[in-house]
Amino acid sequence: MTNLLRSPVLWAALLLAAVAATLPWWLSGYVLGVLTVAYYFGVFSMAWDLLFGFAGEVNFGPTFLIGLGAYTAAILDAKWGPPIPVCIIAGGLVALIGGLLLALPALRLRGPYFGLVTLVAVLLLQNCIVIFAGVTGGEIGMTVPDVLSVRAEDNYWYALGFLIVCAIILFGLSRSAIGLILQASGQDAIGAQALGFNVTKHKLAAFCISAVFSGVAGAMLIFYQGTASVSTVVDLGVGVQIIIAAVLGGRRTILGAVLGSVFLIVAGEFLRPLGQINTFVVAAVALAVILFFPDGLLGNLLRVTARERE
Amino acid sequence: MVWLQILIDGFAISSLYALGAIGFTLIFGVSGVLNLAHGGVMLVAALMGWMLAGEARIGTYLGTLLGVLSGLACAYVTYLMVVRPIQRSAAIPREEKEIFVLTGTLLWGIMIQQGMAYLFTDNPVTMRPLIAGVISIAGVRTPLNEIMIAVICWVVIGMLWLFVNRTRAGKALLAASINPRGLTLLGFELSRVYLLAWTIYGVLAGVAGVLLASFLGVSSNNTGQLTASAFSIVVLGGLGSVSGSLMAAYVVGYLETITAYLIAPTLRPLPALLLLVLVVYVRPQGLLGRR
Repeated sequence: MTNLLRSPVLWAALLLAAVAATLPWWLSGYVLGVLTVAYYFGVFSMAWDLLFGFAGEVNFGPTFLIGLGAYTAAILDAKWGPPIPVCIIAGGLVALIGGLLLALPALRLRGPYFGLVTLVAVLLLQNCIVIFAGVTGGEIGMTVPDVLSVRAEDNYWYALGFLIVCAIILFGLSRSAIGLILQASGQDAIGAQALGFNVTKHKLAAFCISAVFSGVAGAMLIFYQGTASVSTVVDLGVGVQIIIAAVLGGRRTILGAVLGSVFLIVAGEFLRPLGQINTFVVAAVALAVILFFPDGLLGNLLRVTARERE
Repeated sequence: MVWLQILIDGFAISSLYALGAIGFTLIFGVSGVLNLAHGGVMLVAALMGWMLAGEARIGTYLGTLLGVLSGLACAYVTYLMVVRPIQRSAAIPREEKEIFVLTGTLLWGIMIQQGMAYLFTDNPVTMRPLIAGVISIAGVRTPLNEIMIAVICWVVIGMLWLFVNRTRAGKALLAASINPRGLTLLGFELSRVYLLAWTIYGVLAGVAGVLLASFLGVSSNNTGQLTASAFSIVVLGGLGSVSGSLMAAYVVGYLETITAYLIAPTLRPLPALLLLVLVVYVRPQGLLGRR
């Protein structure tokens, strides 16, 4: 615990969170809206980083879990209209089931094979949504009757609060014994097993945790946006953005994923005047970071401070 | 009648799939790289071919040739600017090279897609057929172009087979996929072998791209779909196995055609995806994969 308290990352994160909490007093509603979306993406990326950075599972389909959570909540709300928290919890539960479905092959397959299964899972979900267009609205998407709030500030608080809670849980988890065992089983499963750790149990837990956070965040995102559509929560492009954000921020740092997401979304917004070419520029910047600073933003910072202390 | 139609259409589509997937599996077999910019390389060849042949009015054949060459150029850029720097980077730990190559090529693929959409818009385009005319096979009217495409695919695949099995450079390629260290000990420059593999890959993807433009048409929106279908065919056949990929291409091609004709065109990709999930669960190494 003392180790954790001395970690500069923790203090920097607290400082950033405090600054973020003051933003609604001096930023416009539009900027807050952009940041709200970025915070939800931060949760997506952190959940992905737990699976990839720690459990070592290459998951190309984070949007499978997000989409399940989002569409469950949206359909539930549109059909029966229970209170919003019920919809969100249901979204998290269905995503959890999806996570278990994904974990099943992950325990048998390795590397590219598992990556492909996750990719196919997204394509299947996308096809199902289009086929059952009567319920899901198909390619156009569906309108969600209820929203979290109509005020930009409130939505910002919800997103920030949710982000901070997720960050504390996931970061704490990654620094705990469970995180270490996950890391060990990701890098050398046989070695970890020989040391007496139950690799299956830990990986299963990682999938469940990642799935629940993705699903709940997906459900909250659609209650913020008021619509659920394939292009915002299921499309492969969204998944790619999440992966890029996590790698950009620094793998195995959890908190770096938040930095990466905020950077990606805000940069995309700044480059909007460029029109169609803005995704090109964002991808190019991300590629340059991967080529020249493979540890990502936070990973590089950490390495520099570690070297100074030596 | 409809079965004959399925047989003919399915054959042409499957041959094209086979050609598209074979380069992908070759690169993986020889250098262990999964190139997620594959759809992008095909797209560049297809759009350049369409633009040069149609808009620039330099003739279909010259346009096709230049389209293939631009696919080759794109493959070189992919290797020299994205894949090789990652492979040689000292900052990336060895066990993480794979995920970095995946992420890097994925990003590069997005850059190609967006760049092409910017230059040519994302409207679907179809190239003029290589040869005009329609022929009737047992009562099924078939465009000559479709037959021509299947023939070209098989000629190219045949040439690849001859090259790999009958020439010295091709045998070096084969050896690199079996034991790269042994090949180095015999005095071969491994980097040259890799460059050769990427050259062949570029030509294969280029031809597949141009033929796709002339057969089904392309749009920059389909880039991801192209990569995904090549990836799934290759996994279905067994990563790194060329004959497995050929077989899988026909399984997927016919499954899709049968679904489109007999059930509904909207369900077209579904059975192939389900089959893929099933195969990966039951037999992860694919139909003919080695493990």
